[in-house]
Amino acid sequence: MRKRNAGLSSMTVLLAACTWQVYVPAQAQERYAIGRDATPAEIAAWNIDVGGNNGSNLPPGSGTVERGRAVYAEQCASCHGEKGQGGIGDRLVGGEGTLASPKPVKTVGSYWPYAPTLFDYIRRAMPMNAPQSLSDPDVYAVSAYVLHMNGLLPSDATLDAKSLSAIKMPNRDKFVGDPRPDVK
Amino acid sequence: MKQESDRPSAASRRRFLQGAVVGGVAASALSRDAIAETAKAADNLPPNVPEWMKTPGDPAGSQPYGTPSEYEKNVVRHVPKNAPQYLSAASRTPLQDLDGIITPNGLFYERHHGGVPNIDPAQHRLVLHGLVEKPLIFTMEDIRRFPSQSRIHFLECSGNPIYTKPYGKTASDLVGLLSCAEWTGVSLKLVLQEAGLKPEAKWVVAEGADAAAMTRSIPIEKCLDDAMLVYSQNGERLRPQQGYPLRILLPGFEGNMNVKWLRRLKVTAEPVYSREETSKYTDLMADGVAREFTFYMEAKSIITRPSGGQRLAAPGFHEITGIAWSGHGKIRRVDISLDEGKSWQEAQLQEPILTRAITRFRFPWHWDGKPVVIQSRATDETGYVQPTLAELVSVRGENSFYHNNAIWPWRIAANGEISNAQA
Ligand code: HEC
Repeated sequence: MRKRNAGLSSMTVLLAACTWQVYVPAQAQERYAIGRDATPAEIAAWNIDVGGNNGSNLPPGSGTVERGRAVYAEQCASCHGEKGQGGIGDRLVGGEGTLASPKPVKTVGSYWPYAPTLFDYIRRAMPMNAPQSLSDPDVYAVSAYVLHMNGLLPSDATLDAKSLSAIKMPNRDKFVGDPRPDVK
Repeated sequence: MKQESDRPSAASRRRFLQGAVVGGVAASALSRDAIAETAKAADNLPPNVPEWMKTPGDPAGSQPYGTPSEYEKNVVRHVPKNAPQYLSAASRTPLQDLDGIITPNGLFYERHHGGVPNIDPAQHRLVLHGLVEKPLIFTMEDIRRFPSQSRIHFLECSGNPIYTKPYGKTASDLVGLLSCAEWTGVSLKLVLQEAGLKPEAKWVVAEGADAAAMTRSIPIEKCLDDAMLVYSQNGERLRPQQGYPLRILLPGFEGNMNVKWLRRLKVTAEPVYSREETSKYTDLMADGVAREFTFYMEAKSIITRPSGGQRLAAPGFHEITGIAWSGHGKIRRVDISLDEGKSWQEAQLQEPILTRAITRFRFPWHWDGKPVVIQSRATDETGYVQPTLAELVSVRGENSFYHNNAIWPWRIAANGEISNAQA
């Protein structure tokens, strides 16, 4: 930063002729001073993303498979089917062993690499007609029920931040980086 | 000279029409309406003076926000029929009906995951937090105070189209989830510097203020390179369908990452592994292994005229024209084949040829009236050459869904009808 700043004066003359050159403050005290400090309360209320791979930022609270069954029947089954078989919304259950077949069935159980992503997505986007309407315990509960339908949790299970982060999804190790260009 | 005396009488016009019907098209094929239409059109053709010259038109300002001519009413976005629901759905740009490289704002493709929110900009905020020295909150007025820039870039949905049949009939069916605009906003780098990045900063998680709260992780290198926070599109404020009042623009990256209705940027050490970067927007290979974080849209092109669904009226001169684009930079060349891909000839590229923007190509051509297959192939500045569908499928299988940048050949039949040669 300092080095660049020292060189700046000699370059300024040159750059002044270039209309596209944007003034970039070189040091902290030279910031544009645009915007104001975000308060901790403002940040906390909007800071809803949950680390899919490690469960970071999962909220306190817990929910049972049993409670999740009721939430699901009431708020999810109309679009995702009684048994998670899909409808207006995606199929949520099954498909294990199909990913390498001509007709892969990608679901939470067969495809998703990380369980905490389920909490994150349901909390932010589901039920589709009323997103962000479920309480955190109910999001835990219905996440638990979806995992239970996929055989990943027993029917008497309770889910919280710790237990959700501990679940190893069956397809976890089947993701690789981008090798493109792959057609040469 | 009296005007009236120069004009054929109604009776002579009738005689003329009857003659045309008898001599040309079978009379039974023409409905009464069609005859009336022809008569009406003939009224406005030479040697007559057209009716719109004989009375003043609409006054200036009769359309405070102008719309296209009523005769262009069929040039609209294509919305799929019978989708299970239209909240997480798409509509396509009618590429075959457009010229140049800029997509009109009303025809820009749409892809939303929770509908289009109706956001009051006065009540919109952007929060920037996470691994920064100074978490900040911005109003839209704040964002517009930063130094601005305008750049032309394409945006393309990564599933455009998928790899499996049925293949689309028109250019829009095939690659209509592609549009190009001049974007105005602020360099994301400036905004991040305003908050001060901590050394561990490696990713920025962007979140939308829509009902899907769309969330994607963006590598910090891109954020400090050509990423922008955008508030205008082709000179006017963003359309609601494109993220009004604020979106992120990541030139060359798959459309979904260009989060619309942007409300939050969280600087992190790791990607968040959101549903849209795990369950979706990952590319499943034939062996069951999936590629994640496949950001770039590779070089691609398509002939938009003549193209599927159109018809060549007669042999003779026809310009072949189309569009090419690459997420990796500029288009270097486009080649045209007129013999099922056996040989290739270089097309002319229309200036301007811009980085990560649509480039228009043209190729003068005489059609001899025989059946023919025409296709275009793009090469970008990295030397990458657009592959065939067969080449892509041989490497990726048929289930990878995203990033299909195949060549799409068109078949022209002897009667001039044009169809998808892969279908
Ligand atoms: C009004 C219909 C509707 C309701 C009600 C609904 N969903 Fe959904 N759901 C959808 C649609 C549509 C999608 C696909 C959205 C997309 O791809 O953008 C979806 C996607 C999902 C996904 C992601 C699936 C995947 O594999 O990526 C999960 C998980 C999910 N919903 C869970 C739930 C839960 C739990 C509830 C109840 C609390 C619920 N949904 C209620 C329509 C609905």
